[in-house]
Amino acid sequence: MTRPDAEPLWVDDEAGPVVRPYAMTRGRARPRNGFNVISLVTATRAAPPIDVGLVPEHARIIELCQRPLALAEVAAHLHLPLGTVRVLLDDLVARQLVQVSEPRPPATLPDDSVFEALIHGLREL
Amino acid sequence: MDYENSDREDRTILPTALKILIAGGFGVGKTTLVAAVSETQPLRTEEVLSERGVGVDDLTGVEAKSTTTVAMDFGRITFGEDLVLYLFGTPGQDRFWFLWDELALGALGAVVLADTRRLADCFPSIDYFEGQGLPFIVAVNCFDGARQYSLEEVQMALNLDPDVPVMLCDARKRESSKEVLITLLQHVMKGRGLTRKPETVGS
Ligand SMILES: Nc1nc2c(ncn2[C@@H]2O[C@H](COP(=O)(O)OP(=O)(O)OP(=O)(O)O)[C@@H](O)[C@H]2O)c(=O)[nH]1
Ligand SMILES: [Mg+2]
Repeated sequence: MTRPDAEPLWVDDEAGPVVRPYAMTRGRARPRNGFNVISLVTATRAAPPIDVGLVPEHARIIELCQRPLALAEVAAHLHLPLGTVRVLLDDLVARQLVQVSEPRPPATLPDDSVFEALIHGLREL
Repeated sequence: MDYENSDREDRTILPTALKILIAGGFGVGKTTLVAAVSETQPLRTEEVLSERGVGVDDLTGVEAKSTTTVAMDFGRITFGEDLVLYLFGTPGQDRFWFLWDELALGALGAVVLADTRRLADCFPSIDYFEGQGLPFIVAVNCFDGARQYSLEEVQMALNLDPDVPVMLCDARKRESSKEVLITLLQHVMKGRGLTRKPETVGS
């Protein structure tokens, strides 16, 4: 599935080795949450507290999410798999260090005004 | 949910986050389209799947061999303060359906990119979205050297419901890619209430 020659230059691709995430989550493989990839993560504090239960990646998430950032973006910036970030978010949510806001329920659609705003916005791009 | 004693006020306005999937066969131009309309260069995220394809399960004695890393490209378009649209390129292999489910959950709809030289490559995507009841359109990417088929021919060849819009596009061009997204949004808007419940129920 990888075609090194076709790798687009603009994809930021410095992902670390795959083994690391497991150490970081101390072997916890399965997140308790099923946060959507577009769930918005917002830190509740300007800086992480001192907490022996936190690893540097937790702190990075708090720094990154001073403004709401989608789960997928957090994962991309940290070069970590989505599943690993979900596990880290479990820890942060449990400590009330971030809020995670899920998008609208999957079976619903936004109303017309949202579609119109999107279409208008795209035309203006 | 009950969050308290944060050391800053809750002044952050949460935007509404929405997503659209960009699907289609290998090398059909998914990442190119995402790049053409996104406000930043495409970002890449990964999911690690175990051999059984159920997420990062079963970690005891994990070896590099027992997992597969699937990469997804995505981009973002921010509209003002309160609306963010994410575009996710779906991973091109059928055995990653697990990941497709995750990406499709809550998506507004999908764009299936097609290359007329390899039309069959988009069958799996079309089957998937039809099965999920997720609205989609087909955008025929204009590759150099590809024979020009009429849109009706493509529609017939793909055995599409006549309501499904089929259009030409050039994923490298921003205007064309914008038009693709607008066509999808109009299609979703038109079909709302037919396949899925509108939001007004209950609240
Ligand atoms: N001529 C032409 N080339 C295109 C068009 N869209 C994409 N390409 C080229 O096709 C190649 C593959 O495009 P990608 O965007 O990487 O395709 P992809 O669907 O993301 O590929 P995978 O993720 O590997 O499945 C690139 O070299 C693009 O420049 C188009 O509309 N016309
Ligand atoms: Mg791609």
